[in-house]
Amino acid sequence: MKVLVQRGNSLQEFEVPRQPSQTVLDVVTYIQRKLDPTLAYRFACRVGMCGSCAMTVNGVPCWTCRTHVDKVARADGLQIGPLKNLPVIRDLVTDMSQFFDKWALARGQFQGAKSRRDDFEKVIPASQDRKAVDAGIECIGCAVCYSACNVVAANPAYLGPAALNRAWTLVKDERSVDVPDRLRAVAGDAGCHACHTHMDCTERCPKHLSPTAAIAGLKRATAKAALKGKL
Amino acid sequence: MTQTALWLAQRVTAAILAVCVVVHLATIIYAVQGGLTAAEILGRTRGNAAWLGFYSVFVIAAAIHAPIGLRPVLGEWLKWRGISREVFLVFFAYTLLWLGLGAVIGVFA
Repeated sequence: MKVLVQRGNSLQEFEVPRQPSQTVLDVVTYIQRKLDPTLAYRFACRVGMCGSCAMTVNGVPCWTCRTHVDKVARADGLQIGPLKNLPVIRDLVTDMSQFFDKWALARGQFQGAKSRRDDFEKVIPASQDRKAVDAGIECIGCAVCYSACNVVAANPAYLGPAALNRAWTLVKDERSVDVPDRLRAVAGDAGCHACHTHMDCTERCPKHLSPTAAIAGLKRATAKAALKGKL
Repeated sequence: MTQTALWLAQRVTAAILAVCVVVHLATIIYAVQGGLTAAEILGRTRGNAAWLGFYSVFVIAAAIHAPIGLRPVLGEWLKWRGISREVFLVFFAYTLLWLGLGAVIGVFA
């Protein structure tokens, strides 16, 4: 199988043998171990838990460890590149700093009122708020959505789907004490209102989350806060 | 706050425009049955306060809605951000208002 790997501004071609149940990560690992040890890429768990092996395969961002070659290979083989919308450190490795910096800008840190000496907060699992949190809480920060988002591509300041999804789970977290500050943080020019609802993030999320729904929730929450004069 | 206010203004004007466009199109389709002349239109609109009110709301909603929608288009496609973009959009809004209300008054008076 012909595999084109993006290395800087050029594509390097490799010939990789097909194997049964072969993943794209297997292909990249084969290239690095057998053909060119200078190829840089990133992975850790290999089983879809850590999110560190995300790359662009045939133009589509995905976890390479959970992407079978059978499902994505075209007649002319595979093309593998780094995630889009992020600076490339080398070959298939991107610098994730801006991605996580935006989580902080969207106030992605939990801020509660209780200390370790207090009793546990009782949260009803069936409550509407908790259900909204559950719908978005499983994000593992792989940046596939950020790479797929064409608003990020057009507006590099945009906080992006993952950071806004994180903010939404904290807005709906009844233990949060800083929700007004968080709503202010996501209501700026690069915040939730910049989303065009193209749903590329929701389409590509390997965890099948819907950042689009989270962003829509933030738009409603900021509008309500604004109407009450609390924004 | 500004973004949220703009977003709310665009959603509210979108709801108004949805009704206005339907009424506008339905009126056109109804009115052109069997041909249409300028005299016929003016016969309906001249001195008619209801049409004056309807089209004034239509124009005002469009003048608010369109510049807010144009704002990210200019930002994302032309990389035009900052105060000059906002000044241009205010100018654009007033131009729509001036042209639209001018036309509305033209067929009323």
